[in-house]
Amino acid sequence: MATKLRAPGWYRAGVMSAVGIAFSYGLTALVRSLYGLDPVIDGEAVTVVALIAAPFFFLIGLGAFDYWFYWASGRPTRPEDHSSHGAHSWKDYFRINTDHKVIGIQYVCTSFFFMLIGGLMAMLLRAELARPGQQFVDSNAYNGLFSVHASLLIFLFVIPVFAGLANYVIPLMIGAPDMAFPRLNALSFWLLPIAGLMMVASFFAPGGSFATGWTAYAPLSTHAPLGQLFFTVGVQFAGASSIATALNFLVTIITMRAPGMSFWRMPLLVWANFSTSLLVVIATPFVAGSQFFVLLDRALGFNFFNPAGGGEVLMYQHVFWFYSHPAVYIMMLPGFGIISEIISVKARKPIFGYRMMAFSLLAIVVLGFTVWAHHMFVSGMQGWIRVPMMITTSIIAVPTGIKIFSWLATLWRGVLRLDTPMLFALGFLTMFTLGGISGVMLAIIPIDIHVSDTYFIVAHIHYVLFGGSLFTIYAGVYYWFPKMTGRMYDETLGKLHFWATFIFFNATFAPMHLIGIEGMPRRVADYAEQFAGWNLFISIASFFLGLSTLVFVYNMIVSWRGGPKAVANPWRSLTLEWQVSSPPPVFNFDQVPTVVGSPYEYGVPGAVHGIFKGGAEAKPAPAGTIATAPTPD
Amino acid sequence: MRKHLLAQMLGIGSVAAAAGIAIALAIDWFPKQASAQAGRVDRLFDVLLIISVPVFVLVVTVVIYSVVHFRMRPGEELKDGPPVHGNTRLEIVWTTIPAVVLVALCGYGYAVLHKNEASAANELRVRVNGVQFAWNFGYPAAGGQKAVATNELYLPVGQAVKFDITSQDVIHSFFVPAWRLKSDAVPGLTTHYRVKPDRIGDFPVVCAELCGLGHATMRQVVHVVPRAEFDAWLAKQRAAGGAAASGGGAGSGAGASS
Repeated sequence: MATKLRAPGWYRAGVMSAVGIAFSYGLTALVRSLYGLDPVIDGEAVTVVALIAAPFFFLIGLGAFDYWFYWASGRPTRPEDHSSHGAHSWKDYFRINTDHKVIGIQYVCTSFFFMLIGGLMAMLLRAELARPGQQFVDSNAYNGLFSVHASLLIFLFVIPVFAGLANYVIPLMIGAPDMAFPRLNALSFWLLPIAGLMMVASFFAPGGSFATGWTAYAPLSTHAPLGQLFFTVGVQFAGASSIATALNFLVTIITMRAPGMSFWRMPLLVWANFSTSLLVVIATPFVAGSQFFVLLDRALGFNFFNPAGGGEVLMYQHVFWFYSHPAVYIMMLPGFGIISEIISVKARKPIFGYRMMAFSLLAIVVLGFTVWAHHMFVSGMQGWIRVPMMITTSIIAVPTGIKIFSWLATLWRGVLRLDTPMLFALGFLTMFTLGGISGVMLAIIPIDIHVSDTYFIVAHIHYVLFGGSLFTIYAGVYYWFPKMTGRMYDETLGKLHFWATFIFFNATFAPMHLIGIEGMPRRVADYAEQFAGWNLFISIASFFLGLSTLVFVYNMIVSWRGGPKAVANPWRSLTLEWQVSSPPPVFNFDQVPTVVGSPYEYGVPGAVHGIFKGGAEAKPAPAGTIATAPTPD
Repeated sequence: MRKHLLAQMLGIGSVAAAAGIAIALAIDWFPKQASAQAGRVDRLFDVLLIISVPVFVLVVTVVIYSVVHFRMRPGEELKDGPPVHGNTRLEIVWTTIPAVVLVALCGYGYAVLHKNEASAANELRVRVNGVQFAWNFGYPAAGGQKAVATNELYLPVGQAVKFDITSQDVIHSFFVPAWRLKSDAVPGLTTHYRVKPDRIGDFPVVCAELCGLGHATMRQVVHVVPRAEFDAWLAKQRAAGGAAASGGGAGSGAGASS
């Protein structure tokens, strides 16, 4: 038992968490007695300290820092024996593991876990909204539900699930054995469940969960009950995870590309994550800052956002949106990368305008930092700044338009495989266009003044993040499922999932445009009688949308356990991840690949992207393997 | 075959776009217009619809045409498409045209904004004060008469109004859908907007910024009335005077709900 408690793992993590909570009690009691505060033990103060401190004790117990501690204390570090590489049983997914493929799967599964929780909350919200008045939850619970729903789906689902897919795929795509910093990678992952559980646990805080929206505007948030701090601190952990992963991607992409893999030979998914990582590294510290200000105001009586104490309320929004607008691109660019891969492979054509596709990503990165105040057209900030923000916001539609048109041109005269990943890619193209169009409308100030903070915004954000991001996530998960699990998913269920999602997604969110323009504000548990009809319709549609998710979950679980074995390259793709076995060997490549051409040369006779030493060329899979690939209908 | 296909797609796409525009314009999107500003906003929205619908139809048409005409047929499992890598002229076209259209839209948007926010002679100044969870209103002292503080909003029709908006606690947002106007009420700041109500009637006033537990029910009414009726109402308020005025922000919105 004693050795078990000393070895890194869940036993030690449990003990250390208890130590962390004891530490929080001790520290607050000490400080409060020194200041002569009564009572010495104050539950709220202990909770705040424990929220920040206990996760570190937990991570130390789990073993996230072991190697660094050995190194820092001058003790002999165990030479990297890669004993923590690879997963041999399901238990290995619940340990500190430095294999990017294991971490990728940990990320994706954790994110979908929180996605299902967040989705269930949406079902409760829609149940309450089915009729005017109060039926199931009171307004405090309602405000908590939509706040946690948004926070989970943004910080614990869309952002990390992209990081997870990229974690799995990028080292393989660029011909690297792993990420640049595998131990940092493991730490990045383990910060996530902490953030997620903290946000979910906020419901058990006295006064209920945080109920100020995911935007947590001050001064509402600085005067909210204790649950608010579960968000404030949780965001720090999710943000730290995000920043560390982005750094890891940047270093990996810059330094670990296989010989011959120049930037202009990188698949667009790699370009997309390179761009996203730039956004994350530059922008995410701002949301961390905004929440630290709230923490200091709320917990220690600072006056950042208290006008009576010289504070400035609008500052919160500027700092918050300086992150949270780029965050929209953090939640979209990786999806652009996924779609570029899928459309090129499934249309059997080179991606149209490869260099413009890469440049438009970088243009979005740069422009993304110049539009934040379009979230504040009615905030009362100085009026003149709205006009340049309107122009930059409109102009950012140009690089986005380039991408849409280039995808369409890639489809044109291709030989389209209409399987599940492709259906989701095409669904994304059309739905994201709608989200982009409503985005341009929102950029035009007089329109924004009317629809700001109405259901039009709810519709827009869901067309962008559900019809946009989530469709690309589904596309990517189906596309790489054979590589990640070594099994094929069920194509019929996949198509059923697509059509159910596509139809009920539109039925749920399209009418929200209308009730928004008619003047129904968002974030309300109750609404005027005139909106009752549409809300009932939306609620019913949303329940079917929720049910459609179960088809996906069932397909994933059953196919992972017992689906037909996948061949190395079921899609006859040229990119490197498909040239190794499914799932790939522990260190990805038994022979280092050399990249000799573009990743998208479909239709070019004899074209190769990468070759392996020993002459095994990256040829499309032989015809015999087609039998296991899904047949298009 | 290719030329024929493009022409056919163009034809069907144009018909679909025209039908789409007709449907989009036929939908009754907005609540009833009740201000001079509202008409301009609604017209701007119509223009945006007319430009947006063809963009959406274009994307959908190309996707559907590709699915129908270029889907893989049995026996084509190993077939690839033509290795087209790009077309510089096409890429310049679809970069330039959207840029020009978007800048033009911004110009139009700015023109509407400029008109909607222009000051007028003889503006009535009305103070708006948001508190959790009600709106209070103040009318300035005039001609030696006392200022009025009340939880009811009455405005004379056809009179240009400038609101001075603030909040006592957290951020609220003073939204009148029938006017197409809103502005946040921010503690420590006074924000403004101008409106010229041009329709007599009662219109909902909504709080659009999440402000706490009572946010959903922070709904009141603005009464736009003929000039004489307004003058009579205001005189009565001034006569009632002091008591309400000192009440300031403490009033409840109980008396007014939509």
